[in-house]
Amino acid sequence: MRFNPAFWFVAPALALLVVFFFLPVGAALGLSFTDFDIYALADIGRLRFVGLDNYRRLFGDAEFWTALWNTLYFVAVGGPLSVLVSLAAALLVNHRLTPFKGLFRSLLFLPVVTTLVAVAVVWRYLYQPRYGVLNYLLGGFGIGPVDWLGDPDWAMPAIILMAVWKNFGFNMIVFVAGLQSIPESLYEAASIDGAGARQQFLYITLPLLAPTFLFVAVITMIGHFQLFAEPYVMTQGGPAGSTLSIALLMYQQGFRWWNLGYASAIAFVLFGIVLLSAVFLALQKRK
Amino acid sequence: MGPYFPMSRITHPRAPSFLLACAVFLNGCQPAENAEVVEFWAFGSEGEVARELAGEFERRNPEIRVEVQPIPWSAAHEKLLTAYAGGNLPDVFQLGNTWIAEFAALRALEDVAARFENTGRKGDYFEGPLDAAVVDGRMLAVPWYVDTRILFYRRDLLEAAGVAVLPRSWDAWFEAMIRVRERHGDFGLFLPIDAWEVPVIFAMQQGAVLLRDGNRHGDFLHPDFRAAFDFYLRWFREKLAPAETSGQVANLYREFGRGYFTALITGPWNLGEFRRRLADLDASAWDTAPLPSFDGSYPGVSLAGGASLALAAGSTRKEAAWKLIEFLTAPPQQIRLYRLTGDLPPGRTAWTDPALAGDHKAQSFRRQMDRLLPPPKIPEWERIASRIAAYAEKAARGEMAPLGGLEALNDEVDRILEKRRWLLERGR
Repeated sequence: MRFNPAFWFVAPALALLVVFFFLPVGAALGLSFTDFDIYALADIGRLRFVGLDNYRRLFGDAEFWTALWNTLYFVAVGGPLSVLVSLAAALLVNHRLTPFKGLFRSLLFLPVVTTLVAVAVVWRYLYQPRYGVLNYLLGGFGIGPVDWLGDPDWAMPAIILMAVWKNFGFNMIVFVAGLQSIPESLYEAASIDGAGARQQFLYITLPLLAPTFLFVAVITMIGHFQLFAEPYVMTQGGPAGSTLSIALLMYQQGFRWWNLGYASAIAFVLFGIVLLSAVFLALQKRK
Repeated sequence: MGPYFPMSRITHPRAPSFLLACAVFLNGCQPAENAEVVEFWAFGSEGEVARELAGEFERRNPEIRVEVQPIPWSAAHEKLLTAYAGGNLPDVFQLGNTWIAEFAALRALEDVAARFENTGRKGDYFEGPLDAAVVDGRMLAVPWYVDTRILFYRRDLLEAAGVAVLPRSWDAWFEAMIRVRERHGDFGLFLPIDAWEVPVIFAMQQGAVLLRDGNRHGDFLHPDFRAAFDFYLRWFREKLAPAETSGQVANLYREFGRGYFTALITGPWNLGEFRRRLADLDASAWDTAPLPSFDGSYPGVSLAGGASLALAAGSTRKEAAWKLIEFLTAPPQQIRLYRLTGDLPPGRTAWTDPALAGDHKAQSFRRQMDRLLPPPKIPEWERIASRIAAYAEKAARGEMAPLGGLEALNDEVDRILEKRRWLLERGR
């Protein structure tokens, strides 16, 4: 049997993918049908094949539904907000009247490359209910102190605010690239035809940004579904489980309690949700 | 605060010990080239001083070299489990007491009962910490230090409110706190709303066993537990305790100094911290006391936490490794550890040392030491404890009715213990 020469060119990459991606994923899928835990770690004879039990249990697990709800909240509110902020920032730094474009771009990109743990420490000070700057400023408007990270109703908005601030720079850069690929001549033609700034934005900028939009939306959504680090360092999922995300629940089950079977099932459910949403989003946009 | 310290302790950086280690090195006290190497893992602030403690051991036992690896508490549990999975456990390692049952289930620990018996030190230990190291009748570790919870309170605020004698029962404490609040405002007792320790201590004091049928089922609907849970929630209901997590109180020491709350239930590490950080508060303005009780006994029961030293079952150098454990847990080294880290000795001899005997505030811990109980010794305990904390928080915040919360907790704990029941039925 003779292989197409192209096979040998992709073989190294393929081998790496198989060994470091497909095999572990396959193993995790297998694991999700077992009750692998601390007992099984000691003695494989204590491992039970449980079929779909982990999945069944998951759908009866109040913690999972809390985590799913929190994650959807984060995706539905944080995702669009993040995209809008990035777009606004991109339009601002890309505007021809803006001076020092490079400087502003770098400054707005800085949070993306800053270590999250350091960011979290600073934001915890900002959010501090009695001495924090945020409440001090709000107090100036006569708004009573908000217990940002301690009140179950406010913890998720606080996490969203921080996540948007931390991550909008990346999408901003993508949008800037998209904006710069729109030919200047289109704007010139439009302004000769008498189109104002609003019309130019609605009928030239937005349609031509559509491919960029789709990319940003899908990437942002996938990223937001995997919410983990922010609640992990800020709240540990609290208060009262209000910032527990699916990825955080998976981590706790897997690496804190060593229920690897159950954690694998959570991972696959999360994967299914993300896959469906991404396909759905892509189809919507294509219409 | 990390995710799963045994009895969630806060560790603080201390002066590095490598300077001392270098001094030892320069003195030519380096052990012989062909010395036997014993690996030793220690965590948090104990990890930071472990090299120093091991240096002394090497001087006395030149034929053994100790390879110390300090690990932060927040990574310790994962690191130990992955080391176990990879067959790389060190010969000797520190083990949070609530982890002993877990590593017993992994069969990773050597039974050290006979070796320990030979040291003749058994009678020196307090019962609580010693009991914590025994799982299913096997002694799997030697207590290294004790971590328990007692009261830290503002004596001046109590006296200003006309409470001259320190209350010895919880009901009296509750009344006293109401009087303090009337006079002073703010709160009486600080109970971190997301912690399991206080609800569990209240439950143990009420005589609740937490788990029934040989730790096969949850017992959280038992009247004893319900009474304790109700008392715990009363502090929040009456606004005598702020509904705040430990992470939320920006600066525990400053708030205590300001009198934002009058008392808190906390552990030994705060003895040193309070002294250091409450510099503007007169030393007589605050004090410590063993826990009150419900039944009039004094002191009331508290938790036997802390850490022990374990010998890996798979170690190939058990004799040398045991020598290290024997050395590190001897009374003089218990005192040394106390001086270096503030960790409290688990043995009576060490408590007679002037450093501790003359310390009135530390002696409250000594008195508490006579009434300690360990939490249930099963691998699932930390997980159960985290669920107790979760439901206690929900109930304290009024998001769940107390009884509904306990029913859900009981169901969940029964589910967590399902595998344990299955294993016990099959005698595995």
